[in-house]
Amino acid sequence: MIGTVAAVVRRDLLLAFRQRADVANTLLFFVVVVTMVPLGVGAEPNLLRAIAPGVVWVAALLAAILSLNRLFAADFADGTLEQMLISAEPLPLIVLGKTAAHWLVTGLPVTAMSVVLGVMFDLGAEATATLAAALALGTPVLSLVGAVGAALTLGLRGGGVLVSLLVLPLYVPVLILGAGSVEAVAAGLGAAPYLLLLGALALFALVLTPWAVSAALRISVE
Amino acid sequence: MVWGGWSEFWAMGGYGAFVWGAYGVTVAVLAVEVWLVRRRRRLARDEAARIRRRGA
Amino acid sequence: MIPWCAAAAIALCAAGLYVGFFVAPTDATQGESYRIIFIHVPAAWMSMFLYLVLAFWAGVGLALNTRLSAMMASAIAPTGAVMTFVALWSGALWGRPTWGTYWVWDARLTSELILLFLYFGFMALQAAIDDPRRADKAGAVLALVGVVNVPIIYFSVKWWNTLHQGASVSLTKAPTMAATMLAGMILMALAFWMYAVAVTLVRVRAIILERERRSDWIKELAPGA
Repeated sequence: MIGTVAAVVRRDLLLAFRQRADVANTLLFFVVVVTMVPLGVGAEPNLLRAIAPGVVWVAALLAAILSLNRLFAADFADGTLEQMLISAEPLPLIVLGKTAAHWLVTGLPVTAMSVVLGVMFDLGAEATATLAAALALGTPVLSLVGAVGAALTLGLRGGGVLVSLLVLPLYVPVLILGAGSVEAVAAGLGAAPYLLLLGALALFALVLTPWAVSAALRISVE
Repeated sequence: MVWGGWSEFWAMGGYGAFVWGAYGVTVAVLAVEVWLVRRRRRLARDEAARIRRRGA
Repeated sequence: MIPWCAAAAIALCAAGLYVGFFVAPTDATQGESYRIIFIHVPAAWMSMFLYLVLAFWAGVGLALNTRLSAMMASAIAPTGAVMTFVALWSGALWGRPTWGTYWVWDARLTSELILLFLYFGFMALQAAIDDPRRADKAGAVLALVGVVNVPIIYFSVKWWNTLHQGASVSLTKAPTMAATMLAGMILMALAFWMYAVAVTLVRVRAIILERERRSDWIKELAPGA
């Protein structure tokens, strides 16, 4: 079981590192979007400190959405996905492996980069650490829920815009809890309840979404 | 009856624009939906009849 | 059944509006503006209820592989979106005189807006897929994922709202509601319900005709020729 997941993760990571530019572009997009905001709203430090958590989270959402296309599209195009569907290994496990690999090349770099952004927005040590922790717990949910959208829109025209329309409303709880945790720290309250709830969401998504993705893939490929 | 006359009724105690704006848009939206759904049924029926005439 | 539902919708609507406008008294605090309640609350109820019904049919369609259930789901979606829009619109026009603003980022309003996005997403997904069977099943998966999310969204938005207590608008209604106000609201809710049933059934008929127009039994039934 673990072996299946690990094999898929290793394969997808290998493929991702063969096309390093794709991975770098997602991270670059995240940073560029966040950078645009101070240019738009002005450089007033208190204002920036107040909006930073929301800005970073919205940028993380967009980066996740934009990278979703990579999750299944290439395997769908060259027929690998069909091989996965008919393989003897349970499909939810394969999906789990692919989603984990997607998180490792998108969510994890975004989480790491958020520390730098926290410093740039002058959030302070505790808030920056909370932001990174919240992203570490929340970005897996983005990959897992996003995988459902990616599987449903596989091979459809206008897939990119469509997948945002489907998935962004489902990201609302993650956005609220993630940005809320940092604001709670800024307001002098503890971030623990937010992080615990984010963790609960992540576990919930981890258990349920692989099945939904599998069902969606079978529908899209059949 | 709680109204002193029609003008009082339409004025809605000064909130006429809000009350009738809400009701008017609701009626309009529902009317459009009914029209669209009836048109869709009619077109589907016509198409089915056309196929039948041509095919059978 | 459709004419009966349509007639019931019109009759209930007439009764509800009569009670709402001519029997129910003026509200002590809100004046006449509260009369928007007779469309706002029923529309809001229906918008949420219809999403549950949509998800129910989607689930049945997915589990039992029945085509009609999936067609019911896709027939409900536009009506649900219309109800959500009506709830938002009437709420905005009610909010302006009552709270002094068309929109507050309140938990209920925001959840309702996200519900509208969920309806749009469902319809957009089905519209993007050419193969009807795939559209049915993909929509069903999305509806089920959505319905699991709706309570989570609601509670997270509620919590978010308590954190951002900037607007500080109390939505709690006056504790006692005149019996006639409640009666008018219930009548209107029933009217909206009948309306939704009638429109959905007409739409599902159209969908059946569109999809099955080449099959023999439709040719038997089709008029003309």
